Amino acid sequence: MMQVWHFSEMAYHPGWEFLNEGLRNVIPSRVYDPETGADLYHRYLDEWALCDRLGLNIMVNEHHATATCTTSVCTIPMAILARETEKARLLCLGMPIGNRMDAVRVAEEYAMLDVISRGRVEMGFVKGAPFEINPANSNPAELEERFWEAHDLIVKAMTTHDGPFNWEGRHYHYREVNVWPRPWQQPHPPIWMTVASPGSAARIGRKGYVIAALNTGYIHTPVVYGAYRESAAEAGIAAGPDRFAYLCIIGVGETEAEGKRRAHQILDYSRTTPRVQPQFFYPPGYSPAGPTAAMIRSPDRFIQRRDGSSFLMQEGTVEDFMAAGVAFAGTPAQVVEQVEEFASAVGGFEHLLMMGQGGFISHEDTVANLTLFSEEALPVISGM
Amino acid sequence: MSLVLFLHGEHFTAMGRPFLDRLGAGRDLHAPLHPGYDGTPPDPGFRSVDDLAYRYLDLLEELDARDATLVGASLGGWVALEMAVRDRSRIGRMALLAPVGVKLSGREERDFADLPFMREAEAARTLFHDPARWAPDHAALDEAAVEALALERQWAAWYGWKPYMHNPVLGNWLHRARVPVLLLWGGSDGFAAPDYGRRLAARLPDARFETVPDAGHYPHIEQADATADAVLAFLESA
Repeated sequence: MMQVWHFSEMAYHPGWEFLNEGLRNVIPSRVYDPETGADLYHRYLDEWALCDRLGLNIMVNEHHATATCTTSVCTIPMAILARETEKARLLCLGMPIGNRMDAVRVAEEYAMLDVISRGRVEMGFVKGAPFEINPANSNPAELEERFWEAHDLIVKAMTTHDGPFNWEGRHYHYREVNVWPRPWQQPHPPIWMTVASPGSAARIGRKGYVIAALNTGYIHTPVVYGAYRESAAEAGIAAGPDRFAYLCIIGVGETEAEGKRRAHQILDYSRTTPRVQPQFFYPPGYSPAGPTAAMIRSPDRFIQRRDGSSFLMQEGTVEDFMAAGVAFAGTPAQVVEQVEEFASAVGGFEHLLMMGQGGFISHEDTVANLTLFSEEALPVISGM
Repeated sequence: MSLVLFLHGEHFTAMGRPFLDRLGAGRDLHAPLHPGYDGTPPDPGFRSVDDLAYRYLDLLEELDARDATLVGASLGGWVALEMAVRDRSRIGRMALLAPVGVKLSGREERDFADLPFMREAEAARTLFHDPARWAPDHAALDEAAVEALALERQWAAWYGWKPYMHNPVLGNWLHRARVPVLLLWGGSDGFAAPDYGRRLAARLPDARFETVPDAGHYPHIEQADATADAVLAFLESA
């Protein structure tokens, strides 16, 4: 049964007009007005809280040093929503565990959230986007190794209930790990990871965790899902559709034009993603040398349409993103049809991560988007 | 003539060849590639400049070197300093080309430019006196050549990401490097300024500081002959 999650990056869009290419990492915080920022935080939290009444689940994430996302600490909105909501599952996708140097603290934060929410936490672990290396100053050449050591330690910390244990690994040193509270969900909240490459999908498949493909569209999504399925099968894990998630932009309206207008506004999230100085996209060793070399030679970011043609990410129209399978837009019936077609083309998934807010879309439009979606599209999509 | 061990820098290893040809002429020159740079990923436990220093101290022992000359460029110069503070018994002298590795400034200043987070063009201007002539044109190179440069960046991060290109305690032990040292610096070095080199020279027991005109951070690449002349003159005098 399909579950739908509403995601927002809590963007500080009033800052977007100031700098063209430097929305991330180098943007000075003098651009940020705390009063406007406070209004935005409360607005976005209200929109998530609304999801609880609409039958939607909630997804948060984090980024750093950027006007595109002011959730710099993902567990803060999670904590507020753990108390403010009653039914919605709370997905954090996710916690950049390879960039957070205190893995035990991560286990404590997630465990505490799980208990306060009475077992509604979905625990995402992510490597983080390449431009996150700069604010974290984490060594990109050993990120993969640090990520998995953090994962191992967090899982052990959450599932050990007989007093302190020792951890003297390569990256994390604690002689007395003893996490309180223990989580509500046993043995621990469900684990999610995001994937960009078939290699990392294969590694996650062997663990059987939920994998989320983010805006990967018609062309790339089946590749990463396929790698996951193959390695899960090799590990003897039955990878049902509940192991797969897909993040997209959704705009619905009373008319097709209204739905597309909303999606168009939300898509400024996608269009601003590459507005970062190119070198932040390829920190040394973050990706293998081949892909890194390709980015050194040509840092432009392209998105592929279903027919194999491509367009520049900053310049895509709503029709471009729809043709890529990154955005679904129109009336609720049209969106249902588009999601159905996409899901069957990529091999099926049971978690639809819906970016229902982004860019300059107003609060009123966001509420209308989420409400109309939940009333008219969700009942059909849930049955998929 | 005693053995010469050349320890290469973090970037553009292949471009140092003309300098090495001069340095090696008629001499017992050893110029190993650091693990990773040699095409073999290092053992997961081998990842610091300490590891490199011990590896090359072992090499001097295996070769039964006496009165060896260490020539090190940038990262390689840092490795040479780490070797000398540990065990100088087989080291006769060191010619260091803009070595990194010692933190001299305060916590809110950088001794070494933040290269990985610069635009390519700015990084080229930082590293080279004449970037138009020496900096690789990524668009013109084939994929394999750019991949090789990307791999060098990866290993530079492996060995020197944090603390950035230095060992916070190395400065405490420089008094142990009691061998004659020539510190050779490109006059236009934007990565580690010549003034850093002068201050480093003052911290070493027996160091002489010289600049190479019309060169940036890699004088042995941009001014191979002038750099070789200076190093060879030092070898004969010290």
